[in-house]
Amino acid sequence: MSAKKSHKFYGHGIPRIKPEDLGGKLIVVEGADGSGRSTQIAELVNWLETSGRPTAQVGLKRSTLVSEELEKAQDGNVLSRTTLSLFYATDFADQLENIILPALKAGFIVLADRYIYTLMARDMVRGMDEKWLKNLYGIAPVPDAVFYLSVEPEELVQRNLSKNATLDYWESGMDLGLSRDVFDSFLKYQSAMQNAFKTMQKTYGFDIVDANRSANAVNKELRKKISSVIDAE
Amino acid sequence: MKTFAESNFPGRLIAVEGLDGSGKSTQIYLLKRWLEAEGIKVYFSEWNSSELVKSATSKGKKRELLTPTTFSLIHATDFADRYERHLVPLLRAGYIVLCDRYVFTAFARDVTRGCPAEWVRGNYSFACAPDLTMFFKADLEVSLNRILEGRPKLKFFEAGMDLGLSKDPYESFKIFQGRILDQYLAMSKEFNFVTMDANVNVEKQQVIVRKLVSEKIDLKKFKRKSPLPLPPSLVTDRDEKEELEDKAA
Repeated sequence: MSAKKSHKFYGHGIPRIKPEDLGGKLIVVEGADGSGRSTQIAELVNWLETSGRPTAQVGLKRSTLVSEELEKAQDGNVLSRTTLSLFYATDFADQLENIILPALKAGFIVLADRYIYTLMARDMVRGMDEKWLKNLYGIAPVPDAVFYLSVEPEELVQRNLSKNATLDYWESGMDLGLSRDVFDSFLKYQSAMQNAFKTMQKTYGFDIVDANRSANAVNKELRKKISSVIDAE
Repeated sequence: MKTFAESNFPGRLIAVEGLDGSGKSTQIYLLKRWLEAEGIKVYFSEWNSSELVKSATSKGKKRELLTPTTFSLIHATDFADRYERHLVPLLRAGYIVLCDRYVFTAFARDVTRGCPAEWVRGNYSFACAPDLTMFFKADLEVSLNRILEGRPKLKFFEAGMDLGLSKDPYESFKIFQGRILDQYLAMSKEFNFVTMDANVNVEKQQVIVRKLVSEKIDLKKFKRKSPLPLPPSLVTDRDEKEELEDKAA
């Protein structure tokens, strides 16, 4: 990646970081648990590195600063909405400054296993103010491509159950009190999340990928699209 | 930014702001004692954050992991936690809440660290404005002397060492505090600070503080309807007395 293409931030960005110093590529894969995100990213990393391109990876709840505390907070469901939201933003910012930005400066391809969109969608479904969220995440660089792996909620149920034999409390939106029944709550919450993503798609222009298909078919499509993003220099 | 009164909260929030060493903590403590004695429903927010947020914050500080952005966000998280868990319920229940520092501390400190002012303010926009903010303005030298007199060990972030202003923590602290003071002064009008001359003596200041508070807030509305329960010793004394009287009757 010799030619450097500068990035933009959604808002104010990060103090003392010049967007024109950011080369590399930022590729985001979004989607619910069970949409195949991790499988796809592992395949993409394998493919990119084999073809000689350096990569870096980030995801939610992976920061040195707060991941441990976030995990505990989720287990106990002890934090209120704004607090949890800002805690996640801290987790994102820590990875942004320690991994994403240095990797982009060095011309790496950064693969993000979910990004600010999941965080925003979750909060929007919980009634948080969109303007507030946009300001908060104005620190995020605009990715070069965002793929949303779309899977029907009914299919997500099947995949989650066959993998974990249970539905996750948060991925079922149980904190929202949509239903006392986890199964019903999961379906309602996941369709609400999909709607939030569809609304955001108009603003952020995600590439919606039909992930009801086999992992191979999805990966082929992703590789093709990512190749054209990388070659577009 | 609407105040709690404008947002129809039954309670009222009074905040004091200013540099360390400006005497604001003493003043708000004396205010609390007076309001308590007057039988007012008052709560002094000690800023007890929950263990989880505290743990992340102290890890970040100890290991010097924080950048201006994460410093700002983790403190916003901490504030949100206290705001949602503590302040909001008290203010809904009609308390007068006293805060030693409020969002303006973050505005001044984070902007000094280089965060964009609109970003920081936006992040804190879930919080209502105090119904009264008293800004204790002391000469920079006076504040610095009070803090630095005993040559305390200054912590890395406290001294603003992350800004690279000076290699000497004391020198760095001085420059940092000076910049924070500038930020306070620049915000003063916008957020309706009542500026208190922190150079006059403590007693005189407190007279002014109490006058301001009673002018700004209709205190009799915040009196406890039922008196505070008596301390246990008095309760038993009285019971025994009544028993004796009953027997006599």
